[in-house]
Amino acid sequence: MMLMKNQIIKLACITFACAVVSACDTDFDNPVSGSSGHSGDADLSKFVTIGDSLTAGYADGALYKSGQENSYPAILAQQFAKVGGDSNFTQPLVSDNLGGLLINNVQYFDNRLVLNLTDPTSPSPEPIAGTPTTEAIGSGLNGSVFSNMGVPGAKSFHLGAPGYGNPLGLPAAANPYFTRFASDPATAAMITDAAAQQPSFFVMWIGNNDVLSYATTGGVGVDQSGNPNPATYGSNDITDPTAFAGVYAQLVGAFKVANPAVQGVLVNIPDVKTIPYFTTVPYNPVPLDQATADYLNGQYAAYNGGVAAILAANPAEVAKRTINFTAGQNAVVIMDEYLTDLTGFNPALINMRQATADDLLVLTSSSKIGTLANPADPSTVWGVGVPLQDGDVLIPEEIALIDAARTAFNNTIKAAADADTNLVLVDSAAVLEEISNTGIDYGTGAINANYATGGAFSLDGVHPTARGYAVMANAIIDEINTGFSASIPRVDPGTYTTIFVK
Amino acid sequence: MKTRILIIASMCISTSALAGGYRVATQGQKALGMAHTGVAMTESSEVIFFNPAAMTSLKNNLDITAGTTLIDSVTKYQNQTANTSAETDNPLGTPSNFYIAQRHDEKLSYGLGLYTPYGNVVEWEKDWSGSHLVNNIELKAIYIQPTIAYKLSDTYSVGFGPAIVYGLVEFNRNLSTSLIDGNGNRSNVTLKASGVTAIGYNVGLLVKSSNDLSVGISYRSKVDLKARDESADFENIPTSLQGEYFDTTFNADLVLPAELTLGLTYNISADTVLAFDINRTYWSAYHNLDVQFNNGAGTSFNPRNYKDANIFRLGVQHKMNDDLTLRAGVYLDNAPINDGYFTPETARADSTGLTAGASYKVSKRMELDFSFLQLIFDEFNGSYDHYDQSGTIISFSGDYKSSVTAIGFGLNYKY
Repeated sequence: MMLMKNQIIKLACITFACAVVSACDTDFDNPVSGSSGHSGDADLSKFVTIGDSLTAGYADGALYKSGQENSYPAILAQQFAKVGGDSNFTQPLVSDNLGGLLINNVQYFDNRLVLNLTDPTSPSPEPIAGTPTTEAIGSGLNGSVFSNMGVPGAKSFHLGAPGYGNPLGLPAAANPYFTRFASDPATAAMITDAAAQQPSFFVMWIGNNDVLSYATTGGVGVDQSGNPNPATYGSNDITDPTAFAGVYAQLVGAFKVANPAVQGVLVNIPDVKTIPYFTTVPYNPVPLDQATADYLNGQYAAYNGGVAAILAANPAEVAKRTINFTAGQNAVVIMDEYLTDLTGFNPALINMRQATADDLLVLTSSSKIGTLANPADPSTVWGVGVPLQDGDVLIPEEIALIDAARTAFNNTIKAAADADTNLVLVDSAAVLEEISNTGIDYGTGAINANYATGGAFSLDGVHPTARGYAVMANAIIDEINTGFSASIPRVDPGTYTTIFVK
Repeated sequence: MKTRILIIASMCISTSALAGGYRVATQGQKALGMAHTGVAMTESSEVIFFNPAAMTSLKNNLDITAGTTLIDSVTKYQNQTANTSAETDNPLGTPSNFYIAQRHDEKLSYGLGLYTPYGNVVEWEKDWSGSHLVNNIELKAIYIQPTIAYKLSDTYSVGFGPAIVYGLVEFNRNLSTSLIDGNGNRSNVTLKASGVTAIGYNVGLLVKSSNDLSVGISYRSKVDLKARDESADFENIPTSLQGEYFDTTFNADLVLPAELTLGLTYNISADTVLAFDINRTYWSAYHNLDVQFNNGAGTSFNPRNYKDANIFRLGVQHKMNDDLTLRAGVYLDNAPINDGYFTPETARADSTGLTAGASYKVSKRMELDFSFLQLIFDEFNGSYDHYDQSGTIISFSGDYKSSVTAIGFGLNYKY
């Protein structure tokens, strides 16, 4: 009997020990890949990127070192290296984290923005203090080529332009960022420096500035659709879609000539309406009491009456142009060059109207609205007594021009990707739309497009934060993994920074 | 003298959660060996915690118990979407207890208990993915419970003990998912409270319905720890925010929920006892962990929204001979956490506890107690969906897996 009891105890102990051993195992059934993966059919042995500020890692209104180190190309290169890809990815790093740029020792571009929260009710971005040390001319970087050929400000047709970094053309006719690191600033084109590296794999994200510079300047430029000669364009014009298509084919072709087996990613152009630069300032930011509204309506009575008299045959425009303030939040008064010019009848009947929800006020207008156009005259409040200018607002006609050009560009980009099995398309427009509409949950947190607080966009309201670039890098990784049967590990965007508070 | 005991106790007692929430069920080595059952057991002065009424059934005039449990716990976290993982590096937990029971006469017994039923030590890697929820937390609640028990009849006994509760907490987390100072260091806040005092009680009924069957009920009251004007240390705050986020004081309330236990013991032979307990912990009292800062940070709202939860415990004790007693047990612990409220500061899923224990008489009056516990946690996918950052709810989700191993040592002196 005693023997049997001991055997039972022994058996119980063994069972117990087995259970304990298995319980100590805290490994997950399906562990994360971490830094392991494989490159599948992708040849990542020589990786080159080309593009504009978004490819350079520009953020907070400047190109600064940590921004470059967290650029989407840098993030991709780091992840590629984990699956045996290019471990010699190089970037033309600037000299400091202030971000300002000097031309011949004179500061040409401002330092990066930081957010001043001293007054919590009025957060204000301002350039970080300090004297930058990054010089465009004689940087010491010329003579070699860099894997990341992202140049802030570059448009599609700039990529093929020889001497785009020519110091003799500075500042207006050349790009000082390319002057810094062109193999030969006087003669080199961005695409030739890129293709000369004979990449096995490239990412090209170009065409943003072909609409964006028009948009951020409130549409003061010209839509050049139908004019295929970029040499005649102003800096804030919309590029002709036909010219874009021609240039784009040449750029893709240049990589293929350098390496017929080249693989790559083509990234399309996001909608400007998804970025906080155009979505932060409301169209109706003017709070008024009844007395002030009445006073202002009195001031505009002559204008309203004049417009109504002359445009009696066009009641729709009369309604659009009739200015009426009420107690509460009021729309700003803006200039609209698409209205009928009445100044021939009466110079006081300028092309102005009140904004609607369809007008997009640019981010920089927030520091202008409410201030005095003429400091000596208290009735000249911008947006109230004096209309905001063309450059302060994108009106629906201008937005339509941007949309038309962007749609054409993206059709070109998609066609180029579809035409070549070695190329995949990354729909950055969809990514930014998701950030803007619902935000993106990246697993350990989320970002959205709210200015300063959303985490996706840096303080310039146009360029992503490092965290936003990481989300973009993941989107590119996803497409590469799908398109080339690879399993390149994603990054955790939560480990990347967002905005910087002073 | 009492003060000194308290200081010593607070120095050597640190605990680690090994039940749902921040309940730490290691209040007796003999009990822990048999799945932490005990509401109807009458083995030693551990009954002061498990059921004060059972003091009347102790066999000796004086019974002193002291014990410590070494708890090694680890929680792993991973998130597939972000391709990231993290792991706690918790210090060894050492919850301890001390009980003394004295028989006054046939009817009346009295005693004193010192134990730590609630606590939590979790240390994640600093600035890990969930650092906006917690970097590290250390919570202790020390109960000091003078107790009396009275035998109403041979069948019925009652017991009661008011408890003085001392709470200590240290909690650090980052201020948001992104805020950094000019040097890139994450902005964070450390809350420190010590000597938060509150009063509770422990009451019990023991029914010895026959020589072989006993039934026990005990109830430990809810205790509200109210931290007032304790220290909040803000670190790595950007310059322009320092006018708002300066070192200050804070107020916060933490609830230690009530617990009802119902259980029985049955002697299946002269040497073998079976024990079965059900604990119901009224976690639904834990609504939130709001922290009110006396600076521009205002109030931090942290909904917890726990639910009441049950634990089922089954233990067995067998006397091998006069000197050696062996114990074993198993329990099922249901986590009190609702969907969407799973936070990494108490990242506990449902678990199964396997226990073993032994007592060995080293002398006529002195017995050594040993216990062993392995808690087996299910792999769990949980998320916390109530973190509000600038008006946006930011979810934190992922897979969690925990393991807890505990080894306990105790002494039991009977005279």
